[in-house]
Amino acid sequence: MQKEYTVTVYTEDRIGITNRITIIFTRRGINITSLTTAETEIPGVYKFIITVMSTREKLDKVVGQIERLIEIHRAFVHEEDEVVYQELALYKISTKSLESGDIERLIRENQARILTITADYFVIEKTGHQQELTAFIKKLEPYGLIEYSKSGRVAIVKWSRRFHDHLKELQASSEA
Amino acid sequence: MQQKDVLPMKAEKADKRLSAKPVISGSEAVIRSLIAEGVDTIFGYPGGAIMPIYDALYDFQDKVHHILVRHEQGATHAAQGYARSSGKVGVAFATSGPGATNLVTGLADAYMDSTPMVCITGQVAASLLGTDAFQETDVIGITMPITKWNIQVTRQEDIPAAIAKAFYIARSGRPGPVLVDITKNAQVGECEYEYVPCTHIRSYQPVPELRQDAVKEAAALINAAKKPYLLVGHGVLLSGAEKELIALAEKAQIPMASTLLGLSAVPVDHPLYVGLLGMHGNYAPNILTGECDTVIAVGMRFDDRVTGDVSTYVANAKVIHIEIDAAEINKIIKADVALHADAKTALQALLKEVQPARHEEWLAEFRAADKKEYDKVQHNELYPETGELKMAEVVRLISEKTKGEAVLVTDVGQHQMIASRYYRFKNPNTNITSGGMGTMGFSLPAAMGAKMGTPEKEVVAVIGDGCFQMTLQELGTIYQSKIGVKIVILNNNFLGMVRQWQQLFFDKRYSSTEMVNPDFVQIAKGFFIPGKKVTAREDISAAIDEMLATDGAYLLEVVVEKEDNVFPMIPAGTPVTTIRLE
Ligand SMILES: Cc1ncc(C[n+]2csc(CCOP(=O)(O)OP(=O)(O)O)c2C)c(N)n1
Repeated sequence: MQKEYTVTVYTEDRIGITNRITIIFTRRGINITSLTTAETEIPGVYKFIITVMSTREKLDKVVGQIERLIEIHRAFVHEEDEVVYQELALYKISTKSLESGDIERLIRENQARILTITADYFVIEKTGHQQELTAFIKKLEPYGLIEYSKSGRVAIVKWSRRFHDHLKELQASSEA
Repeated sequence: MQQKDVLPMKAEKADKRLSAKPVISGSEAVIRSLIAEGVDTIFGYPGGAIMPIYDALYDFQDKVHHILVRHEQGATHAAQGYARSSGKVGVAFATSGPGATNLVTGLADAYMDSTPMVCITGQVAASLLGTDAFQETDVIGITMPITKWNIQVTRQEDIPAAIAKAFYIARSGRPGPVLVDITKNAQVGECEYEYVPCTHIRSYQPVPELRQDAVKEAAALINAAKKPYLLVGHGVLLSGAEKELIALAEKAQIPMASTLLGLSAVPVDHPLYVGLLGMHGNYAPNILTGECDTVIAVGMRFDDRVTGDVSTYVANAKVIHIEIDAAEINKIIKADVALHADAKTALQALLKEVQPARHEEWLAEFRAADKKEYDKVQHNELYPETGELKMAEVVRLISEKTKGEAVLVTDVGQHQMIASRYYRFKNPNTNITSGGMGTMGFSLPAAMGAKMGTPEKEVVAVIGDGCFQMTLQELGTIYQSKIGVKIVILNNNFLGMVRQWQQLFFDKRYSSTEMVNPDFVQIAKGFFIPGKKVTAREDISAAIDEMLATDGAYLLEVVVEKEDNVFPMIPAGTPVTTIRLE
């Protein structure tokens, strides 16, 4: 059954690694819906967090093929309930809308916050799950939404302790 | 971390002064690094962006032999043939742009067939990268999906380490092709040279650790099996596990069948060897995949040419899959027990746990099915008395006259299937063919490489008339480098395999498969290679004798039956148990 999965990939810092990973999805006709990457707690080791619509069976094979790449440490597929995740969205709104008092209430009620205000526009930041973030767009629209921008998923795996230890060992061995 | 490094770093600097590493050009570093890896033969083709490397090569002619091919595709196939016959890493050179793109087919072929190969390409200067400079091609991007690893080196001081890594990756674990692209500035610039072989990459574990509990589970399945069955793949040859495989088969009396690339791992005349699997394999080994209760698949990847319709493949059997590449496990066929390990290690471990057994009735089933194939197909193929010459009888004669000891290099098509079916392989690594890709034009250059890799062996290339014309320019290389390969063209004036499909599945509409061919012997003559054309049955034996007696290269053209078909055959995508004998 097709549903949304989170795929995490731990890699070395290497030019072209994104391409190497993504062509494996491309070959099997899987569309990547979001991709986030940044360095982990171990210097030189990066984590890719990829969300896709696909089936578990297909993704288990994809992950096997990703792990085959030389610069990949490990790759995992996660079900929805195996990860704690957040996304971050920014909303640009016309400053005029501040004149009506209730947008501030809306911001507060939705656990968003104002990042910056200029004469023309102000920017709101909100973190949450995709559905909340897009639902917030609807609520802001009456106030004159100018632009919306959302990050990919950032996720922590609930059972990832062992891999963290493995990374630590890698670091220890590279220092030795 | 920084702090800790202070002392050792100082010591290292002092060391450097004492040992006085030579300061050489990046190009010389390339050649010295290759020599350090034990490279003695390189197949390649020069050009602007790799000229400094060729210039450096000039000074090392006594140590490395460079074979000037006639097309870079030929360099890759030659490197593949060299690697597959000798077990060493094959090496190819090409210049940037068109030189590099001509490597693509060979890289893809080597990737599919797990052949260890290192290709070195020249690249435009680092300052020109990304500017669409003359002969600049993104060879790293192009070859990413068809190499085990690739790297672009833009600084001369990184060359030795990149080459060390390239060789380590190419030959370890599941072997494969690696490409190292070196910019021109790095080739000319100078650096201190030191070669440190690569033995470890922190994100890469080439040899997985065998789990003993899995071995026990697998052994229990085998010990309980009534109809166990060994499927022999290329991994057996790659890990040098032929002896262990045969020992296991003999201990528990298990029949062994081979994939196309597994051929030659087991001598064809071994009493437990039951034949070739797959689309044009033998009848018994295919049909009995439906009967067996336990399959031990060793170093094979359940290619669709072997399995046919996967939903019914080995449907009644427990599957034990021995495989070094985790990505292959459960990819096509779900394994009941997976031994994620090198084939040799896994078989050694299994051998200790498996009990001696006999399976007479089971083996008798193979013999009965075999007889059916022999009577219906083989006898007439091997010993026809009338009509035009048949491919199979030619292969039989070559097999008899070389005692099954030649390295047989085949191309792609009917002749490939016939040669694979009827050559009676005796020794490991004597079957070289393009399996996963099915690359026409593979065999002439691959045979050259095989002969360079194992000069003591007779190397016979069996080639279709279509395939020969894809890379026949390598006759020039064969002549110039005096490579003693025997070339047998089985000429049916058709792209035979495609014609066979047209006959069987497209109502005999022979769309663009008939070939009007040149005079092949005359062409060989143009390259100063002796040859002969044979059309009559009574001449073939003497012609093969003459070919084998000739010192050096020889081309034998055999005109064979125009519209012959290869049977048995499993129509693509159907269950293998529906294998057709006619
Ligand atoms: C480069 C390439 N192009 C096309 C094919 C498709 N193909 C497979 S077999 C074959 C016919 C080969 O003809 P020939 O060399 O005459 O051998 P025969 O089958 O007659 O023995 C073709 C065209 C291929 N495998 N490789």
